[in-house]
Amino acid sequence: MSVLVDTNTRVLVQGMGKTGRFHTDTALAYGTNMVGAVHPSKAGTVEHFEGETDHSGVQGRGDTYSADLPIFRSVSQAVEATQANASVIYVPPPFAADAIMEAAAAGIELIICITEGIPVADMVIAKRYLEDKDVRLVGPNCPGVITPQQCKIGIMPGYIHQPGKIGVVSRSGTLTYEAVFQLTNNGLGQTTAIGIGGDPVNGTNFVDCLKLFNDDPATEGVIMIGEIGGTAEEEAAEWISANMTKPVAGFIAGTTAPPGKRMGHAGAIISGGKGTASDKIAALDAAGVVVAPTPTDMGTAMLEALG
Amino acid sequence: MKARGIAVPSGRVATTVAQAVAAVRPLIEDSGNPVVVVKSQIHAGGRGKGRFKEHPELGGVTVVLAGIDGGVQAAEEAVEELAEKMLGSTLVTIQTGPEGKQVNRLYIEQGVDIETELYLSVVLDRAVSRNVLMVSTEGGTEIEEVAEHTPEKILKATIDPAIGLANFQAADLAYGLGLEGNAFKNAVGFMKALTAAAAELDTDLLEINPLVVTKDGNVMALDGKMSFDSNAIFRHPHIAEMRDDSEEDPAELEASEHDLSFIKLDGTIGCMVNGAGLAMSTMDIIKYVGGEPANFLDVGGGATADKVTAAFKIITKDPAVKGIFVNIFGGIMKCDTIANGVVQAVKEVGLQVPLVVRLEGTNVELGKQIIDESGLNVVSASDMKDGAQKIVELTK
Repeated sequence: MSVLVDTNTRVLVQGMGKTGRFHTDTALAYGTNMVGAVHPSKAGTVEHFEGETDHSGVQGRGDTYSADLPIFRSVSQAVEATQANASVIYVPPPFAADAIMEAAAAGIELIICITEGIPVADMVIAKRYLEDKDVRLVGPNCPGVITPQQCKIGIMPGYIHQPGKIGVVSRSGTLTYEAVFQLTNNGLGQTTAIGIGGDPVNGTNFVDCLKLFNDDPATEGVIMIGEIGGTAEEEAAEWISANMTKPVAGFIAGTTAPPGKRMGHAGAIISGGKGTASDKIAALDAAGVVVAPTPTDMGTAMLEALG
Repeated sequence: MKARGIAVPSGRVATTVAQAVAAVRPLIEDSGNPVVVVKSQIHAGGRGKGRFKEHPELGGVTVVLAGIDGGVQAAEEAVEELAEKMLGSTLVTIQTGPEGKQVNRLYIEQGVDIETELYLSVVLDRAVSRNVLMVSTEGGTEIEEVAEHTPEKILKATIDPAIGLANFQAADLAYGLGLEGNAFKNAVGFMKALTAAAAELDTDLLEINPLVVTKDGNVMALDGKMSFDSNAIFRHPHIAEMRDDSEEDPAELEASEHDLSFIKLDGTIGCMVNGAGLAMSTMDIIKYVGGEPANFLDVGGGATADKVTAAFKIITKDPAVKGIFVNIFGGIMKCDTIANGVVQAVKEVGLQVPLVVRLEGTNVELGKQIIDESGLNVVSASDMKDGAQKIVELTK
């Protein structure tokens, strides 16, 4: 078992530019079920992929893969032709919020937006648009979602993952990789790893993911990785106290971040004395989360939380 | 702001003493008010309570009353004396840090007959993913203090992006502020104009503090602060032009030209990392093992070898840097790209300080091979804690 994505996930790519093509290729090598792409200027053509199989991905495949993905003008056309139920967005920032809304309008159930640098106001509008629709958005500004050896959607390196029993949820891309790699090395492995992204306005949040993992029978524990800015970690801590039945380990980045400075991510900023790492660590601590003192200790913290 | 229907007192910018003096007469004649205000223009708040290093008796915002008894000429003389002291001096406010910021621009403004001072701001409420209009009767004070001590004095309205601030919402807030008659009507108009401006200009924060209500029921913004969403700056070229490069850290400026996310810090260990979260926690871990980071530097996901070289050069330029820690977990960023960038940079600028490199992720073997074959004096680390310990040890 897993959450959000598995072998039944049929993935559409929005934005088959250089970046989109590169990551579509690695997803195909991994064995993800990629069904097509939307890229208006290439509509009607076919994008060809071939190469060596990534054997850390879906098992039981040959040593090479070859695929021809049809390119469509719009998401609705693509959905009609391919029955895609998930989409991954590599569209440039000025157009990405619109791509999210287009996917939602076309009935895509899971939208994963990788694009970094979307204007906040655009995301406020996109999020309002999604409000009354039965759709889940992950991101933007995130590495994506992966269920090891089943489905890889996004930009994470596949080989660091291994099927297992820990759910991973993170605001930071590279820190997700750190956590995942430690879980692979200590043998716990992952059910699903979800990057929720570092923007101030995003789709799926910590609490959403904690709920999913709490309800997933295969998940035995969760690592959540937060950072300075906002109050999402505090809200998660509250939810964990009240509802979580599984052990949780955590890490918060930004203990040494100076106030008022945006630390790379638009969302990672301490403003008006709010959103500090120490507040977040204290909240998680109080909720019984084992907080790792450094990112290198995340795997150990998970082992400790499992008891 | 004026162009967007947001009432402000008249005023003029002055970068020289002569310009400051020349501003006085037309302001007094236009407004019929003999009072003018001299304001320091720096990119930091708390200017009213701030003090000049060179002239501790002088605040960043000074009201000139000389015109009440002495007429225009007395006001001009007073402004001349002030401008001579303020221009080129260093203003220290609660937000500038102890080093302060040099004042290169003044704003000479007409005096206003103040009845009450209010607070207004439009800011993102992350909990609901929408902008919120916040108002308070406690104008002139820092809103953080109001929020901490008397949160009941802050009123809020959440703004639906499809509708904007509805009339009834503005009216509710104006009632809540205790406004009546003309002041009520003008405040409702002001709030609607302010929220519209925030949406149109893509502000992260649009703060009016204080918003003054005059004795005749006018409302106007006496002081304000705006910060812009840098992701949206591409659709506001006129705002990008307003950026005052002289107020930016030169290294941060150079970094932004290379599209690198860089923040200068006070320590001795330069860091080059991919990913904001990893970059932040690299700083944290250096501190954890007893060192002090010299910077935050995220080279980003799609960096090229050239970009990595530029990043490396920015780090090595800082004379405080006694060692460099490169910490990469490659996703989009391939380890061989980083390795090539580092090797290229060292060839160009040399390497006078210890360098510890930790590589993991996409193309890691290739990256390690490039570093090994370069013949550079590089210490390899097995994980980030190991790397942090090694660089801190090497710089002791």
